[in-house]
Amino acid sequence: MLKLHYNLEKVSMGLVAAIIVAASIGGIVEIAPLFTIDETVDVPDDLRPHTPLELAGREIYIREGCYACHSQMVRSLADELDRYGPYSLASESAYDHPMLWGSKRTGPDLARLGGKYSDDWHVQHLIDPRSVVPASIMPAYPWMTRSLDTKLLGDSLATLARVGVPYNAPMISEAAADAQAQSRPDSDGADGVLERYGNNVAVRAFDGDPSRLTEMDALVAYLQSLGTLTEAPYEILAEGDQ
Amino acid sequence: MTSTLSISERQIGLLLSVLLILLGLTMAAAARHGVMAAHGFMALALGLGLVFILGSAIYDPEPPKARMTRYYDAPTRFGIMMTLVWAMIGMGFGVWVAALLYWPEATPAVPWTSFGRLRPVHTTGIIFGFGGNALIATSFHVLQRTSRARLADSISPWFVLLGYNLFCLWAVTGYLMGSTQSKEYAEAEWYADLWLVVVWVTYFTLYIRTLARRNEPHIYVANWYYMAFILVVAMLHIVNNLALPVRWTAAESFPVWSGVQDAMVQWWYGHNAVAFLLTAGFLGMLYYFLPVRSGRPIWSYRLSIVSFWGITFFYIWVGSHHLHYTALPYWAQTLGMTFSVMLLVPSWASAGNAIATLNGAWHKVRDDATLRFMFVAAVFYGLSTFEGSFLAIRPVNSLSHYTDWTVGHVHSGTLGWVAMIVFGAIYTLVPQLSGREAMASPRAIEWHFWLAVTGTLIYVVAMWNAGITQGLMWRAYDENGALSYSFVESVEAMAPYYLLRTIGGALFLTGAVICAWNCRATMRAAMGEAADRPLAPQPAE
Ligand code: HEC
Ligand code: HEM
Repeated sequence: MLKLHYNLEKVSMGLVAAIIVAASIGGIVEIAPLFTIDETVDVPDDLRPHTPLELAGREIYIREGCYACHSQMVRSLADELDRYGPYSLASESAYDHPMLWGSKRTGPDLARLGGKYSDDWHVQHLIDPRSVVPASIMPAYPWMTRSLDTKLLGDSLATLARVGVPYNAPMISEAAADAQAQSRPDSDGADGVLERYGNNVAVRAFDGDPSRLTEMDALVAYLQSLGTLTEAPYEILAEGDQ
Repeated sequence: MTSTLSISERQIGLLLSVLLILLGLTMAAAARHGVMAAHGFMALALGLGLVFILGSAIYDPEPPKARMTRYYDAPTRFGIMMTLVWAMIGMGFGVWVAALLYWPEATPAVPWTSFGRLRPVHTTGIIFGFGGNALIATSFHVLQRTSRARLADSISPWFVLLGYNLFCLWAVTGYLMGSTQSKEYAEAEWYADLWLVVVWVTYFTLYIRTLARRNEPHIYVANWYYMAFILVVAMLHIVNNLALPVRWTAAESFPVWSGVQDAMVQWWYGHNAVAFLLTAGFLGMLYYFLPVRSGRPIWSYRLSIVSFWGITFFYIWVGSHHLHYTALPYWAQTLGMTFSVMLLVPSWASAGNAIATLNGAWHKVRDDATLRFMFVAAVFYGLSTFEGSFLAIRPVNSLSHYTDWTVGHVHSGTLGWVAMIVFGAIYTLVPQLSGREAMASPRAIEWHFWLAVTGTLIYVVAMWNAGITQGLMWRAYDENGALSYSFVESVEAMAPYYLLRTIGGALFLTGAVICAWNCRATMRAAMGEAADRPLAPQPAE
């Protein structure tokens, strides 16, 4: 062996090849099967993709680095089930490019956040966290009240459709209009949002002001959607309890 | 720079600078506004600067022909300068984010100073800016000395260094403007990622071409590690960053991976960035500079072979230990855990090999702060790899994951190991490159050493306490079977530790500033160049 290595050290391309081989095996064994096994590719029937407004909120969540302090992955541990709710399933994030599971909980997990607080609470909390939770160390986001830029939304949906998210042609062409409409319950387009994305989508003036479409609308719509895109985790947990 | 290039090389450099200007113009024109346009203008400015520097010296006298028989150290010198600049930027942002966690309103609430945007500036600035520049700069030095050959050409080292730093600049300014892929340690957007691929291919080619010219039959072990660093980082970078841009004229993109596959790819990347950037590359540094500085050969050649292949083979498997108890299939988690534990063997073999090398030179460790940096680095390398294997065990991870324990572990590795070995290497290199016996101020090295050690200890101990407290509070139940603490109570409990961490970090940063000042003073008082030629005997073997 030692002799073999002694000779390998004289051939630079030999070393290169050996390094590539040694460093590839582990990745191939662990990653390749994830694209075929049921556990990771079975998508629940009721899973819906994010609406354009929620997707815009997700992009803001990414832009501001909320993921640096918040996970979205409830582990299958008793205290996490008690604190946050049903543990997260692989299929729940099947449409998430990228996933936002996170790695650090400076703040609490957000995977089951949808419906936990009112829209008002979120608005207040985002603008000034310490006015709601005095001991909070979360940053304030007063600039969320600026208008939402919807220019890229259509292209965003189209791009996601190309990597496998089930956005169809009307969803893509109406993306910007749907984003507006989701925050204006009285507008003509509101029904279209429900028609395209399902009846359990929230159509509200998330920031309290239906006249303006703001980043706050998008972010709160996204936060309220967390954990509500499919019933599967709740059903699995209920089955387990029986 | 220019005085070391021949006239025709300056002309090629000029051409490349013009191409960079065109690239910048194209980006700015295509995007018109937003981050990509701003980045176009940065490329443009760099290109213009280079045109100015090269153009104004284009017909200056050529360097003497004899330069081809000497090592090419100008790029190394520049790389070390950039290392120190990024050290101060990266650690400065580190102290800043640390302070924000103790005092969230320390800086006004405007978008670009928000914690979530600053944190990746810290991680990218320090890992890629500080760590990456240190690796590239020292690899040029080590490659030439251990091959007894001059770098294969004089243009590509500059292309690699300048291109790489442009990538770092694009990355961190992008985050400040809100442009990010959100993938940890791979936040830079698609065009920056593509640019890095070009730079990296050039780097690899330069490395291989120089190796091909070596006057030493054997490739010294330090080079194996540098090669593993270059090759595997390329592999990781390309696979993890595969993404579709929303438009060719906008910075936004979506990764092709989603959900659980994305998580596995991300942590396969994330942990191996730790392995092949923050470990393998720096082991290469250790295997060269430790023997050089202590004047003793590596203790065991056999052990260095075993640990090299052990590290290269085992590390790739361990990324899934970041995903215990998550929705990642159980078998993948188990593989990650098993290999993480096995990884301790080659890791300790390396650390042991380094420490055993010092046997017989302990008086030097006592007297020479530079060697002491390297010794402490080897000790922290041993400690943090032990801790890493321990944290990868599923039940331990159930407590530690998501807490500050991870952050403590990261910094015992990065402050204690990575930064210390870099400082050791810098203090060895800078006097040599300046043709001097020693650094301008040996006392400043002592100060730096003790600031660094104290800072690291404060940081790490504070984060251990923070993390374990957090983990225990989250899982505590009272006698009625309800959770004992609300989340916010665990946040409040962190305050003293976050304050301590900020203090520890500030000490460490102070040390780095002293180092930068000392290096500057040494380089300014240079008494010529490194005296060795490509045919000088090789000290490290
Ligand atoms: C510096 C770390 C940090 C960042 C960055 C951060 N948060 Fe928080 N977040 C916290 C902390 C700490 C808490 C707990 C205290 C509180 O409720 O304010 C929290 C709480 C929350 C809660 C309440 C969760 C619950 O279940 O009570 C929400 C919602 C939230 N954050 C959303 C966000 C969003 C959206 C962003 C990005 C725009 C963000 N956070 C960025 C630290 C952070
Ligand atoms: C002045 C010294 C430093 C200070 C004050 C500092 C501070 C910090 C802080 C506050 C965080 C964020 C932790 C959190 O989100 O809770 C962090 C993360 C990080 N730092 Fe540093 N840091 C320092 C030096 C370094 C160095 C030298 C390196 C690498 C060479 C490094 C690498 C990292 C990494 C990889 C993370 C991400 C950790 C994770 O995601 O778990 N840091 N640092």
